[in-house]
Amino acid sequence: MIVETGHFALVLALALALAQAILPFAGARLRDVALMRVAQPVAVAQFLLVALAYGALTHAHVVSDFSLVNVIENSHSLKPMIYKISGVWGNHEGSMLLWVLVLSACGAAIALLSRAMPDLLRADTLAVQGLIGAAFLAFILLTSNPFARVADPPWQGRDLNPILQDPGLAIHPPLLYLGYVGFSTVFSFAAAALIGGRIDAAWARFVRPWTLAAWIFLTLGIAMGSYWAYYTLGWGGFWFWDPVENASLMPWLAGTALLHCAAVMEKREALKVWTIFLSILAFSLSLLGTFLVRSGVLTSVHAFASDPERGVFILAILVVFIGGALALFALRAGALPTGSLFAPISREGALVVNNLLLTTACATVVIGTLYPLALEALTGDKISVGAPFFNTVLIPIALPLVLLMPIGQMLAWKRGELIGALQRLRTAFAAGVVALAAFGALYGAPVLSIVSAGLAIYLVVGAFSDIAQRAALGNVLARLRGLPLSAWGTSVAHAGMGLSLLGLAAAGWGVEQIVAMKPGVAQDVGPYQIAIEDVASRAGPNYAETYAVMAVREGGETIARIEPAKRFYQARRMARTEAGIVTLGLGQVYAALGEQHADGTLDARLYYKPLVLLIWLGAMVMALGGGLSLADRRLRIGVAARARAAQPQPAE
Amino acid sequence: MTRKGKRLALISAALAVLAMAVGLVLFALRDNIVFFYSPAELAQKHVAPGTRLRIGGLVKEGTVVRGEDRNVSFTVTDRTADLDVTYKGLLPDLFREGQGVVVDGALAANGAFRADSVLAKHDERYMPRDVADALKKQGVWQGEKQ
Repeated sequence: MIVETGHFALVLALALALAQAILPFAGARLRDVALMRVAQPVAVAQFLLVALAYGALTHAHVVSDFSLVNVIENSHSLKPMIYKISGVWGNHEGSMLLWVLVLSACGAAIALLSRAMPDLLRADTLAVQGLIGAAFLAFILLTSNPFARVADPPWQGRDLNPILQDPGLAIHPPLLYLGYVGFSTVFSFAAAALIGGRIDAAWARFVRPWTLAAWIFLTLGIAMGSYWAYYTLGWGGFWFWDPVENASLMPWLAGTALLHCAAVMEKREALKVWTIFLSILAFSLSLLGTFLVRSGVLTSVHAFASDPERGVFILAILVVFIGGALALFALRAGALPTGSLFAPISREGALVVNNLLLTTACATVVIGTLYPLALEALTGDKISVGAPFFNTVLIPIALPLVLLMPIGQMLAWKRGELIGALQRLRTAFAAGVVALAAFGALYGAPVLSIVSAGLAIYLVVGAFSDIAQRAALGNVLARLRGLPLSAWGTSVAHAGMGLSLLGLAAAGWGVEQIVAMKPGVAQDVGPYQIAIEDVASRAGPNYAETYAVMAVREGGETIARIEPAKRFYQARRMARTEAGIVTLGLGQVYAALGEQHADGTLDARLYYKPLVLLIWLGAMVMALGGGLSLADRRLRIGVAARARAAQPQPAE
Repeated sequence: MTRKGKRLALISAALAVLAMAVGLVLFALRDNIVFFYSPAELAQKHVAPGTRLRIGGLVKEGTVVRGEDRNVSFTVTDRTADLDVTYKGLLPDLFREGQGVVVDGALAANGAFRADSVLAKHDERYMPRDVADALKKQGVWQGEKQ
């Protein structure tokens, strides 16, 4: 009964989504305020219905209702509760339902938080949001029904793919979806601006928090996914240039570019057309990512069962929305008013360069990801484009970008002074050079790591140089408190980028060893020694594991114990390696087990990874910077409208 | 600077960055892509030893030999042609005889394939799509185990 209620709620949500797409849009054309305002309650009701459907599916998973195909294929009565709840999105149907849940939540949030917004903009935005929702709800109901039943329920389910049975499953997909799908709001705002033909700094202010929020979640989601892959796959790698990973990186790059050019638009009313274009691009790339991951054109742990019908459906959605938005853009962008002027050497100029480099990086990732698919479709040749390609292409784009980041921060709006900016960055340059020498002396080759580490320190120091110099002008504390939060946000986010870069640079100094270990014989790994103390077996809730107790020693003293294991999941008859990891400072010692031999030796991969935690901590600091910027009182939603009401703007 | 001049500067800057990117992409695509073949395709292609390749197929039953010092050798087959593979390192958890596998590496001078990474399928329902395609082409596809 609960299951049918969920299914029914989903059908009803589709009907409401269609109403949300049509009524406010018609109202906006007829200038009928009552019709336009239908959008808000409908958007909230649509969200509640999708949430009800989602709750029903979660309930079925929690109580192990094996009359549902979805539960049979992805659950098991002995599965721990956390994976029963998070396993709801650990499969194609459930993950699409989560996608739509986030989408309708975005719509409801716009409806509830947009009191200050002009009726016309709100109506058109929610109509577009409703249209996207209708498309994906139809996709779920027609091709991926999570509520499908079987006539003969089995006693037991087939369990969730063991690779997914990890706390990371509870965190990574929701965060990533909040980011991915969060960009739908910006897309809807952009489409609404194009439909309405009006775009100004107030528009940029309405859009800003949504861009920032989506970007924060996407940053955290990508970082979490990377850390999950790092500790669970047992290869010690944190990024594999897998098309599925690229699918999340593309909207991130476009979103980061959008964040920066929206700042120009908000402050100076310039780059309007470009801002609109990036708003469309960011969500288009999210859609492309959804297509790549969910259609089955790629095989990976993310692409659950593949079904050509689904691929064609998502492709159709993709074509309609991206094509439609770009067509709208082509038709209407020319009519948008052009913005104000600025000198090439200025904050705006620097942000234009930032956008050029970021979108170029984004384009190369798109090419590297789609080229193999295109080539296979055209010639039948199968190729793989991996790390060597992306490293060759992206490093020459990323390093100059990092070099320019603090300089851009130092330039004034409208007209800046390059020499002055460089002089004010003296400390940062000095810190970078000192770091270069220090890292070179401490760790040595590879050169790329040394250069990147030097740049990273320069970026961290440079990010705060502006704030430090402003504070030094007088009463330090009062000055620091007086600075707008968004200035802190920029500095903190840039510093986070620096920390991540340092962590990435340090990957070059890591130690990797594949060894046959004899119990009791210590093995050198970087500055530490690792020895097996014991090998034993034990049973978990739905698996059995063989684990080794390894002592990590430094100078003869045991400083930590790790327990890498090999797990065997009975339901799927599948083995999985569980790495043993200990964090020492900002670095980690990492061990993954291989095979055990008759003579008692145990194959293992042992890694020493200096500063590796900085990769993810840096991403969290970036997100924190975004959060600070989001919290800036002056830029909160509503302030723009109140300010505008106080001082009427001249006609354009 | 005039509006026109500014626009010109912007466009030339964009073109410069774009040209650089295109150059990088072309350069990287020439040197860094890896072709994927099944053993039967490889047998027809006459690939020079040393070229990086990716081979997909099934691990032939009864061919896995574990040697000293983590050296492993096995045969990858698509039921039409076989390819002997040598590898040194740890095999993935899901590596099993009769199951799908993808190996990265290059042909040695003696015609054997020296792999530097071995990837196995992710779960019992998953078969590398490339392998499935190759098997379908050879007419030995058994259908999806659902």
